[in-house]
Amino acid sequence: MTDLTQTTAARSSIMPQVLPWVIALGFLLVMPLIFTSNSALTIMNQMAMTIIFALAYNMLLGQGGMLSFGHAVYMGVGGFACVHIMNWDAFFGLIPLPVLPIFGGLFGMGLALIVGAFSTRKAGTVFAMISLGVGELIAACSVIIVVFFGGEEGISGDRTYGLPFFGIEFLRQIEVYYLVVFWLMVSAVLMYLWSRTPMGRMANAVRDNPERAEFLGYSARWVRFYSFVASGFFAGIAGGLFAINYEILTEENLNLTQSGAILLVTFLGGAGFFFGPIIGAIVFTLLQTVLSLETELWQLYVGALFVATVMFFPGGLAGLLMLHAPAAKMGRLSHLAGPYAKVLFPGIIGTLALCCLIELTFHLRHASIGDHEMVLFWTTFNTHSPVPWLLFGAIAAGGLWLAKRGAPDMAEAFHEANVMKGAA
Amino acid sequence: MDLIAVNIIDGLVTGLLLFMLSAGLTLIFSMMGVLNFAHASFYMLGAYFAYQISIYLGFWMGLLIAPILVGVLGAGVERYGLRRVHQYGHVPELIFTFGLALLIEEVVQFVWGKNQMPYETPEILQFTAFAIAGNSIPAYKVFMIFISVTIFIGLLYVLTRTRIGMIIQAALSYPKTVEALGHNVPFIFMGVFGVGTALAGVAGVIAGPVLSTFPGMAFVLGSIVFVTIVIGGLGSLWGALVASLLIGWLTTFAKSYNLRMEDLLTTLGFNKPEPIWDSAWQDLWTLTSPQVADILPYILMVLILVFRPYGLFGKRDA
Amino acid sequence: MNMAPQLVGYPALELENLHKSFGKAEIIRGVDLSVAAGERHAIIGPNGAGKSTLFNLITARFPATEGKVRLHGTDLAGMAPYEINRLGLSRSFQITNIFPRMSVFENVRCALLWSMGYKYSFWKIVSRSRALTEAAEDILDQINLLNRRELPAGVLSYAEQRALEIGITIAGGADVIMLDEPTAGMSHSETDYIVDLIRKVTENKTLIMVEHDMGVVFGLADRISVLVYGEIIASGTPEDVRADPKVQEAYLGAALEEEH
Repeated sequence: MTDLTQTTAARSSIMPQVLPWVIALGFLLVMPLIFTSNSALTIMNQMAMTIIFALAYNMLLGQGGMLSFGHAVYMGVGGFACVHIMNWDAFFGLIPLPVLPIFGGLFGMGLALIVGAFSTRKAGTVFAMISLGVGELIAACSVIIVVFFGGEEGISGDRTYGLPFFGIEFLRQIEVYYLVVFWLMVSAVLMYLWSRTPMGRMANAVRDNPERAEFLGYSARWVRFYSFVASGFFAGIAGGLFAINYEILTEENLNLTQSGAILLVTFLGGAGFFFGPIIGAIVFTLLQTVLSLETELWQLYVGALFVATVMFFPGGLAGLLMLHAPAAKMGRLSHLAGPYAKVLFPGIIGTLALCCLIELTFHLRHASIGDHEMVLFWTTFNTHSPVPWLLFGAIAAGGLWLAKRGAPDMAEAFHEANVMKGAA
Repeated sequence: MDLIAVNIIDGLVTGLLLFMLSAGLTLIFSMMGVLNFAHASFYMLGAYFAYQISIYLGFWMGLLIAPILVGVLGAGVERYGLRRVHQYGHVPELIFTFGLALLIEEVVQFVWGKNQMPYETPEILQFTAFAIAGNSIPAYKVFMIFISVTIFIGLLYVLTRTRIGMIIQAALSYPKTVEALGHNVPFIFMGVFGVGTALAGVAGVIAGPVLSTFPGMAFVLGSIVFVTIVIGGLGSLWGALVASLLIGWLTTFAKSYNLRMEDLLTTLGFNKPEPIWDSAWQDLWTLTSPQVADILPYILMVLILVFRPYGLFGKRDA
Repeated sequence: MNMAPQLVGYPALELENLHKSFGKAEIIRGVDLSVAAGERHAIIGPNGAGKSTLFNLITARFPATEGKVRLHGTDLAGMAPYEINRLGLSRSFQITNIFPRMSVFENVRCALLWSMGYKYSFWKIVSRSRALTEAAEDILDQINLLNRRELPAGVLSYAEQRALEIGITIAGGADVIMLDEPTAGMSHSETDYIVDLIRKVTENKTLIMVEHDMGVVFGLADRISVLVYGEIIASGTPEDVRADPKVQEAYLGAALEEEH
């Protein structure tokens, strides 16, 4: 802790700051060469847009301490605006498609300017309630203001009518992917830099202690307002990309479900760290696509995971990772591997078995009459025979028991791996 | 004139129903400073529990048992969930209750499926109480009003006239002092949370048969309840009552009188553009009051927040 | 940051017939006070005298029922805290009021931003500014927390947090510094340490501090005002105040005997 030269050295060198971004960019560029299928591209596009949106959302939740229940509205309005631009041939023919998301951003920002003017007076519960009310209001307006929102069927456009961009017309999914990646990198870098500016630092200060910040010369309200507007801009960018990728927007892009989902993504990933929402978006999109193919009950599992995260790991996945940073610095992660495996391995097996019991119950209650068969982990079971029940029950009980038994050891190992810090 | 009377009764039913939810919510808020996002989910659980009980024991046992079950569940949520999250602050608390709302909806779908439940009003109340100029008022509506008013009076009595009410009121403002006087404040908190959710449960039991019992019912009412207590002023019981009735009547009247924007605009001297489906203002011209009835509470909330941020009766904010 | 010499001696802060009531209870009952620029002024008084209320009136945390507060001649009525801060008044809090989740260095840096002209800018990167970093390190050096710079402020010891609080208060370069019971809840050695610190960092500035323990202020303050039941009963140099029979009677007696 007393090593001052280290921080001075870090400041002068730009390399450690740029390296993660270069790696991320390389990774994003190579991904489509590994996963070539169209469905993989769709998932990756979805992931990238969710990352931008979640990062924008975290400008409020994590950095500014503002909990919004209606942030989908800013992404949605940005998206709707972009579809309208796509349909406005005279104008759309003059601009290349990659520029379009900026318009989405501007519209998201415009709406945030209006709403932020009265919603950022207070943080906390009041802000949350206003965001919910405004979100619901705009979502409900979508069936009333048909000219803009297109009523129940929404509005759709065609991205290929734009001015060709170096001969690219964005007919193919892969072209759209690289467009999305471009905007992902630009937005993520900008949002990261924002957090390093006086505005970004003061947003943290206002989150921690608005009164103190006021006595330092900053109006807490204006700090919140600027954060809110910036967040609206990046949410709008995500909306513009959504419009380009799917070419249709509906009421579903505005409603509470969507706003709740982004809260879930951000919190799951960890609101306390800049990269938290990125992890959250990746994990959530994978859960959503993979799990929803496997089971009807995926939302139940995601909901349970979310509640468990709030209760036991309020730092989210990023928080869990960073908990191990001191141990990693001291090169002690290997000491943890054994005790962790002893808990996590039986724990995961036990949880999976528990999920199988839940699936069995669900099948028993809701399957059509006479349908006694279901497939779990590539094996067909008869839900009306006691065999699968006893089997999964035994595995669940055994696995969770083993995990519980190993937990004290794991806690101790973790404590030991960090003990140097206290002594120093 | 007669239609007005009918609407007043209908609005009263909606308003009082809202009040049963918002009363518990606002009580919990003023006590713990946390808005329970899952409040409407307990209302839904009330309806489902009552339905399940009514199959075996009939409606009246459902009315008796279901709220108790919901209240016990609510107290459990406070004891083992909220109290744990409380240490992290208000925002995580709010997120926790939001997650709980999602989870309860999923669990309800898991147990009862996605379809509407055939939860009916009891036969003994399936008659017309009285009629106003040909519009019959079913006895069940009168029963709903009766139950809500009884609960309101009971609540008011307990809060203002009994010892336990005094302790609760004192614990609202001076939790430390009350604790020092030897009262178990965490237990009081748990109790208030339990009673608040039980009230939501009662609302669910009596609303389930008329507003239909389905997994989305919490979602439909949930945000309106929030809007209600924001309009009334966070933490104010009277505010919750006034705002509930206001919203009840506002939406009922907007739905039953077909006021058209076209008439208003023509009266103001605007000319209707022809043909209307080509005009950019078509949505404005074709607007009718039933169309906007459901968003009126939200508009009202935004206006209140802009011009009177503490709500109608609020003294403080979060 | 140094005070222009021609300002020394002019009143930095003036209170004029200040009243404050909470409901029927009148807590501050007509306070007149003038603090000259460059003076170290302590307001002392027994518990319940209204010291903290007076403090919060001056910094416009509470609106006054009657009367005026003027900073360098400007009436502060109705101003937001940040506006008052920008006029050159900075305050600390009785209950430690820092940014617990941010590092010690960040705490100080945030306190510097406005005065160094960054305002609400979002096109400058804070860590790129050498001047900002040096200024923050300078403050950390003054409050002896340089070796704690990367720790989250919330994990510091109580005395360190109080020192950080003072550091944040002075960082903005305000020429009027107000400290609300800076040594509350400290041991003797910690108190001595903080008093030395206050003396050091308020060099050439106007200091107004509210204090319960008069032992703390006798060596520090140029002038002392004694507040009893919402009124100032005596005001003058430490020696005058010490000798004043009214003060002896109302407040000092027992405590002074303890001192000697």
